[in-house]
Amino acid sequence: MLTVEGLRSRYGRIEVLHGVNLQVKPGEIVTVVGANGAGKTTLLKCLSGTQPVSGGSISFRGQSLASVPAHGRLKLGLAQSPEGRQIFSNLTVEENLRLGAFLYTDDRVAQDMGDAFAMFPVLKEKRNLPAGGLSGGQQQMLAIARALMGRPSCLLLDEPSMGLAPLLVAQIFEVVTSLRDRQVTVLLVEQNAYGALKIADRGYVMETGRITIAGPAGDLITDPRIREAYLGT
Amino acid sequence: MDALLQFIFSGMTVGAVYALVALGFTIIYNASDVVNFAQGEFVMLGGMITVFAHQAGMPLPLAAAMAVVAAAGGGVALNRLAIEPARSAPVVSLIIITIGASILIRGAARLIFDKQLHRLPSFSGDTPIRIMGATILPQSLWVMGGAVAVFIGLWLFFSRTLTGKAVLATANNRIAAQLVGINTRWIMTLSFGLSAAIGALAGVLVTPITLVSYDVGVALALKGFAAAMLGGMGNPRGALLGGILLGLLESMTAGYLSSQYKDAVAFIVILAVLFVMPQGIFGKKPVERV
Ligand SMILES: Nc1ncnc2c1ncn2[C@@H]1O[C@H](COP(=O)(O)OP(=O)(O)OP(=O)(O)O)[C@@H](O)[C@H]1O
Ligand SMILES: [Mg+2]
Repeated sequence: MLTVEGLRSRYGRIEVLHGVNLQVKPGEIVTVVGANGAGKTTLLKCLSGTQPVSGGSISFRGQSLASVPAHGRLKLGLAQSPEGRQIFSNLTVEENLRLGAFLYTDDRVAQDMGDAFAMFPVLKEKRNLPAGGLSGGQQQMLAIARALMGRPSCLLLDEPSMGLAPLLVAQIFEVVTSLRDRQVTVLLVEQNAYGALKIADRGYVMETGRITIAGPAGDLITDPRIREAYLGT
Repeated sequence: MDALLQFIFSGMTVGAVYALVALGFTIIYNASDVVNFAQGEFVMLGGMITVFAHQAGMPLPLAAAMAVVAAAGGGVALNRLAIEPARSAPVVSLIIITIGASILIRGAARLIFDKQLHRLPSFSGDTPIRIMGATILPQSLWVMGGAVAVFIGLWLFFSRTLTGKAVLATANNRIAAQLVGINTRWIMTLSFGLSAAIGALAGVLVTPITLVSYDVGVALALKGFAAAMLGGMGNPRGALLGGILLGLLESMTAGYLSSQYKDAVAFIVILAVLFVMPQGIFGKKPVERV
């Protein structure tokens, strides 16, 4: 579904991705874990087109994304729930969701919004309030729900558990797991390595702009190198 | 009493023009946080192009339509040539670019057209309408009607259409807007074109009353800015109300004090708003939680 080869990216003159290789197959939940500043967010931004690529290639469902601008990628089925949520704070919760389906005007929009409200009932309660007033956890739900309104076949999730209370973290991970049943492929970036590896099929470990370890999530979770570096045991 | 009503009529007329300029500010501000000080030049272009096209033999409605379209093209060009290439610069730099653009447009208008004052025939004649001892020109009704129509149109656009919401979303978070599939470049093009067209429409409507020359844009931009600040930057309702209020203040000052002080009103309003209520009348405090 998604193939990344030798991906390089830089901020000004400083290169932060030094040739990343990664693959996501249809229906999988794949996670990229790694410490602060490893380059995980930069990787996802390259995939969604909001960060320039300086080398390598990205292909999505067999098509190169090199010449597809950021706003054209959702149409191909690639959605992102970005780091820091990035909701439209001045617009209402419902307007945020409606804009998630900006590309569509058919009847399915209302149906999808109903699904989003079923998935996150608290959003339904607050549908007419400005999204900027939501709590951090609610904003995260809104960011995920908004991305799903765009009918993605593949969803890029950047640290959905960041800054949330444990109970909410569990709920968010449950939602991510449930995307499997909706035929949405997931690429999940997390600092919470344990939580992410537990729900993922496969995992990659990223260190300072490179993939250093890759394998089935079950293997990674027991790998002594990972246990020591990321799981704190 | 008659005098007061007379001042109200003339205040509402200029106020409607200020409101139209302020509405133009609102659109671009909503899409990009930029205050476009070239907005007054589009009013000038609307008047000037209509005058010269009409003189060249074009029927008035056609000349006016052409002026509005040409000004919209000018707005799009301003965005493409000057704003977009500097997109990553701070907002203050972009605002300075619009000031530069206004000087450029004014200079070009002086060369292409001339330095004379021009007028257009009134749309519905020049017979004043008597209302309770005061009089109002039919053209004033055109100006006020234009402001109200544009306001309603914009209000519907921002509150009822998906494209209008996309403009608001782009202003709020450009990257997130791209992630939901909004072509934010196109939204900027749309905003500049629309806003220039509204400015030009104001120019067409008001030229029969106030005349037009290449240099009317500066004062209009300043007053439209004062009106937008007064009503609350970014809010169409505020732009309309701020424009009318400023027009009324000006005409009362001219009527009861001295017309010499009339132009100072806008500056006093800007200062007063900045000191007393920086959000303006309808401005909302930013809602953001970290
Ligand atoms: N806008 C920027 N300008 C300059 N350097 C940046 C910028 N954003 C990130 N970096 C640098 O790029 C590197 C990778 O950052 P990135 O945000 O991709 O890491 P990350 O793995 O997502 O970290 P975190 O887990 O903290 O989110 C870091 O060294 C960071 O300092
Ligand atoms: Mg990150």
